[in-house]
Amino acid sequence: MGNYFTEVEDYKFHLRHPLMEKIVSLKEGDFEEEQEYDYAPHDFEDTLDNYMRVLEIVGDICENTIAPNAADVDAEGPHLEDNAVRYARGTRQNYATLVQAGLIGMALPRKYDGLNFPVTAYVMAGEMISRADAGFANIWGLQDCAETIYEFATEELKDNYLPRFNKGATAAMDLTEPDAGSDLQAVQLKATYNDQTNRWYLNGVKRFITNGDADISLVLARSEEGSEDARGLSLFLYDRQEQAVSVRRIEKKLGIKGSPTCELVFNNAPAWLVGSERMGLIKYVMSLMNSARLGVGGQAVGIAEAAYREALKYAHERAQFGKPIIQFPGVYEMLTDMKVTITALRSLLYETARMIDIYRGYTDRSHRRPLNKEERLEMKTNSRYADVFTPLLKLMASENSNRIAYDALQVHGGAGFMQDFPIERLYRDARITPIYEGTSQLQVVAAIKGVTTGTFMKKINEYAAVEVKPGLEYLRHLLSEMTTAYTAAVEEVKGKENEEFMDFHARRLVEMAGHIIMGHLLVLDAQREEKYKYLAELFIKKGKAANAEKLAFIRNSTLKDLGTYRQVVADPVG
Amino acid sequence: MKGLNIIVLAKQVPDTRNVGKDAMKANGTVNRAALPAIFNPEDLLALEQALRLKDRHEGSQVTVVTMGPVRAANILRDALFRGADKGVLITDKKFAGSDTLATSYVLSRALQKLAPFDIILCGRQAIDGDTAQVGPQVAEKLKIPQITYVEEILAVSKQKITARRRMGNGMETLQGKLPLLLTVHGAAPACRTRNARRLMKYKHACTPSEMSHQREDYIRMHEHRHYLDLTEWNVNDLQAEEAYLGLYGSPTKVNAVTNIVFTARESKVLAPTDEAINALMAELVEHHTVG
Repeated sequence: MGNYFTEVEDYKFHLRHPLMEKIVSLKEGDFEEEQEYDYAPHDFEDTLDNYMRVLEIVGDICENTIAPNAADVDAEGPHLEDNAVRYARGTRQNYATLVQAGLIGMALPRKYDGLNFPVTAYVMAGEMISRADAGFANIWGLQDCAETIYEFATEELKDNYLPRFNKGATAAMDLTEPDAGSDLQAVQLKATYNDQTNRWYLNGVKRFITNGDADISLVLARSEEGSEDARGLSLFLYDRQEQAVSVRRIEKKLGIKGSPTCELVFNNAPAWLVGSERMGLIKYVMSLMNSARLGVGGQAVGIAEAAYREALKYAHERAQFGKPIIQFPGVYEMLTDMKVTITALRSLLYETARMIDIYRGYTDRSHRRPLNKEERLEMKTNSRYADVFTPLLKLMASENSNRIAYDALQVHGGAGFMQDFPIERLYRDARITPIYEGTSQLQVVAAIKGVTTGTFMKKINEYAAVEVKPGLEYLRHLLSEMTTAYTAAVEEVKGKENEEFMDFHARRLVEMAGHIIMGHLLVLDAQREEKYKYLAELFIKKGKAANAEKLAFIRNSTLKDLGTYRQVVADPVG
Repeated sequence: MKGLNIIVLAKQVPDTRNVGKDAMKANGTVNRAALPAIFNPEDLLALEQALRLKDRHEGSQVTVVTMGPVRAANILRDALFRGADKGVLITDKKFAGSDTLATSYVLSRALQKLAPFDIILCGRQAIDGDTAQVGPQVAEKLKIPQITYVEEILAVSKQKITARRRMGNGMETLQGKLPLLLTVHGAAPACRTRNARRLMKYKHACTPSEMSHQREDYIRMHEHRHYLDLTEWNVNDLQAEEAYLGLYGSPTKVNAVTNIVFTARESKVLAPTDEAINALMAELVEHHTVG
């Protein structure tokens, strides 16, 4: 019997990362909760063993419940019943199984019946569930909302709502509106305070809301009448038991069909304010969004893993010209590239997760006692890194996941274009990942700060300073050449002193940095385990070539080109 | 009604779905070392029935009993992760080579020690021996009624249980007087998954003989966490008579083991037409192969 956790060796490898000791100590302190909770760990090894064994339960459920249901869920989808969402049969079974296993609210503290898992282990579960069924992973992954409630809501709201997650409450984040997609400052849903009842009431329409009919919803709404920008927006918690929101329709989508995407009408819906007024978008949604972006990164890696496995299997089974097609260079190159890319993305994913764990861990600690100077510095540094690594990850993972799904379908030839193989569904499911929780273009806007402020460069230098075995020096040499080219590209673009020119090349610069960072991470992986060496080598060779191409284009481009590119604006439409 | 005292008999079995060439020893017994050890699938279904009863009847307690080598304690822990309350391992070198008669004797001795109980549940049969004899023999030895091949327990009252059993050609609903033994059929619903919190709570549970391999701080943990103690009984604890034990107490002898290669003896070529298929169906119905 297979198991999604044990069959991917990278998971245990990343859980054994040297930084896990720090992360566990931030999560568990001196293991004092052992006295209070019978399921709290005893020491570091015991904690790690907990992570692995619980993830093994997740892997088991993925293999034996979620994955076998995926095709039916995709075909059946959710539907509307009396203005409420009814999940597909398989979705209901999947969710009930995960609730039974106690896997909702994994990252919450034990005080709220959570498992107190770090983001690193939680995202690993998300990656596996996404491999089994990416659409379902959204429904499960919206437990992220619990984190936001935990971080910002009043004690009373926390006590009332957080324990409901472990019992199986579903969640949604209601941000998008018909005229507010990427530009959330334009949100119009109205929140009014009633002095008589001392409650807030929500009125308006939300669109494209994943899992819109959830038990607990976080809603972004305009609480300051007459305001027009982000500063007039606050975050609210709406409880489905109020029965004041109706689902007007469920969208028909290209992929992730098992996850209901809803249009919601708020009809004087009573709601609770989360945190303080006017901080909704500026602070809370940004935090929520960062978790969601990390989640989508994991989701994209999960889909890529599933696509790679389908392609590998098919390439062995399918024979043409008297041999299995995997024997042909055109096919095995694609498959190896998939594997190399997935390994590199995974290293970036868990590196980012660790940064988030460290800064959140210190934030949590700072609520209990003042941090000392080093701790404060470490919190700040990791928070800064996470701010640029999260969009970098989301960009690289979602775009490459699509590339991998595309190639995996290609390996299937005509059969892949038919609905007979899972790759067709994976190809459709991958497509949303570069779109939601901020498009790739928006990830670039966030990640370019890592280029312009030198944050990426700082991290690259940190990686390069770690001593490695002599056998890995040649890879370090290639990376250092890539870094020189990257610096030249950044200088070239900055040198033009033109904002639009920077925006025009931003994605190229971010991707160049991404290739260097992922290359370094793989070298460090190879330092810990030999089998990563060839993966590092292949990744770096292709990354170096890709970066050289980007540099060449940047060098060839001029400010005048911007105007030429702009001509499209004047092209007749229709 | 007060809670029920429910006992589940479970067996750790070699995973015969992954059989290799070393699966059988020269003397015809199973070579357990060569195969992964798993919770016998139908015993898991029996556990689920027990847990459902516990969900319905507050204050109930589910005890899982297994007989086997020390490593069989793994399935006791597995049962705790899924919702059982207690585990009992029956282990002794003198049990080695037991057939169904010797096994049911030992189990009945253990059950007498666990009395009074309301319901004993076990899988219909184990995937290694496939005899389906142990459950019925245990009931006979304890002189309690039994319902075999149960698919669903419909109701339990103070003295009675109603259960639906799956026969080869239909269903049968029976009532029985408590205490009684049920064997659970493969068509019963799957066992619930392991629970993360229970896993973390019970993963250090162990029997006294396993304890000797544990680290000292984990041994100390048992002092105030009694739920981590798995019961372990040997021949003396059960006051079992040696004449009924192990190979010596097992009249069943494997005479010979033969490898069988399945070959198709008879085949028919059917024309891909409705008539040909109708004719085949008629023939199958006539021979009572279907219907």
